[in-house]
Amino acid sequence: MSSTLLRTTPALRGAFRAAGAGSIALKPAAMASTSFVRGKATLPDLSYDYGALEPHISGKIMELHHKKHHQTYVTGLNSALETIAEAESKGDFTKAASVAPLLNFHGGGHLNHSLFWENLAPASREGGGEPSGGLSKSINEDFGSFDAFRKQMNTSLAGIQGSGWAWLVKDKSSGTLQLVTRANQDPVTGSYVPLLGIDAWEHAYYLQYENRKAEYFEAIWNVINWKTVAARFEKA
Amino acid sequence: MVNFGNIWQYLAVQAPLQSALSGDQFNASKMAVSTYTLPQLPYAYNALEPYISAQIMELHHSKHHQTYITNLNKALQSHVAAIASNDIAAQIALQPIIKFNGGGHINHALFWQNLAPAGSDDASPTAAHSLVSHIQSDWGSLELFQKDFSAALLGIQGSGWGWLVREESGKLRIVTTKDQDPIVGGDVPILGVDMWEHAYYLQYLNGKAAYVENIWKVINWKIAERRFLGAHDDAFGTLKAAV
Repeated sequence: MSSTLLRTTPALRGAFRAAGAGSIALKPAAMASTSFVRGKATLPDLSYDYGALEPHISGKIMELHHKKHHQTYVTGLNSALETIAEAESKGDFTKAASVAPLLNFHGGGHLNHSLFWENLAPASREGGGEPSGGLSKSINEDFGSFDAFRKQMNTSLAGIQGSGWAWLVKDKSSGTLQLVTRANQDPVTGSYVPLLGIDAWEHAYYLQYENRKAEYFEAIWNVINWKTVAARFEKA
Repeated sequence: MVNFGNIWQYLAVQAPLQSALSGDQFNASKMAVSTYTLPQLPYAYNALEPYISAQIMELHHSKHHQTYITNLNKALQSHVAAIASNDIAAQIALQPIIKFNGGGHINHALFWQNLAPAGSDDASPTAAHSLVSHIQSDWGSLELFQKDFSAALLGIQGSGWGWLVREESGKLRIVTTKDQDPIVGGDVPILGVDMWEHAYYLQYLNGKAAYVENIWKVINWKIAERRFLGAHDDAFGTLKAAV
């Protein structure tokens, strides 16, 4: 599972650190079950069928999103890592540094989607409802109430200009929960531990919701896996 | 009186304008704010088929473009109110919203104009004699230019646009812009391609390379030529007309 991330070569871990994603790689608690085989990123399996999130997210969206979009990030990440490893072996640090934007984009895309799939679940199973326990208590303390939190997260999502993500994070420096948005595939890094991510790229909803993205942001709460979010919260 | 009739001018001179307008003698409440309206397409929604579907065109124009205009008008109203009340914090807070939605309006208005039905006279590069000969001397051939432009489009990370622009010096350059950042200031936008997913997803899904390949069949070279030869403000003529 997540510990396999550490089996990557020192060069690859260095590459992650260079892109600012090191804190994720070194903190398995926040990491999804992103598997690396011999230093290669691979597409993780979903723990539910493509159609399992219907009617809130269509099977066609899920299939394209996982099989095509996520796969493209995985392929791009491996390609960036290979280029960096090759440049490093030749001592060509200029070349290695030039790959940083691709590493950030594809590496971020891989991490973000891996976290996303796990913080979703069918409405007929763990999906939807409200969090309980310590997570619920923290949400109430930091946002006032679950409804206020939900509203703020939807406002954050609606305010993204272009492609990006909104995240519920735990700020390890203050110990509080916060909402952050990230452009494109920029991953959540630094003192923030990602607990819950929602993809606001158009490919995440367009085939079903077209330009009515507010409807997607409403519907997705029916398939949030609070068990996963709580587990991330407890480990953070 | 300040001319707010041109969003391009407005975005380009916004910062100096604000300092010039500070002071008690300025009465913003009497200043009329132009309301931008959705420009008509110069062709039917299905006119770009099979390369861009009618469904995409209709949503893109009547919904997406309209939303930028609606939000731009709202933001400009709030901005005038913020100037009237000398609320500089509110003015600054509105700037990214004006840039995003004003940029969305500018970019789409330019985009519709620089598209034309495949096979029409306007869609042939022969309609852009001067521009194409400049492209040939800069890139070697039209095909090499198209290859470079396509690569730039496919290299965009996230939402954005690719543009061929004419610099003030007259030199041609390919640029990409993020989200709805508009080409404002010195460069003249000659032709733009929308790389937001909503521009192609219903038809091409994740296959954006095919969209980029096909967009060349519906480029309006006549308009590109006109922008290339025209004065800086000419490229934004449709925006003034839409006020």
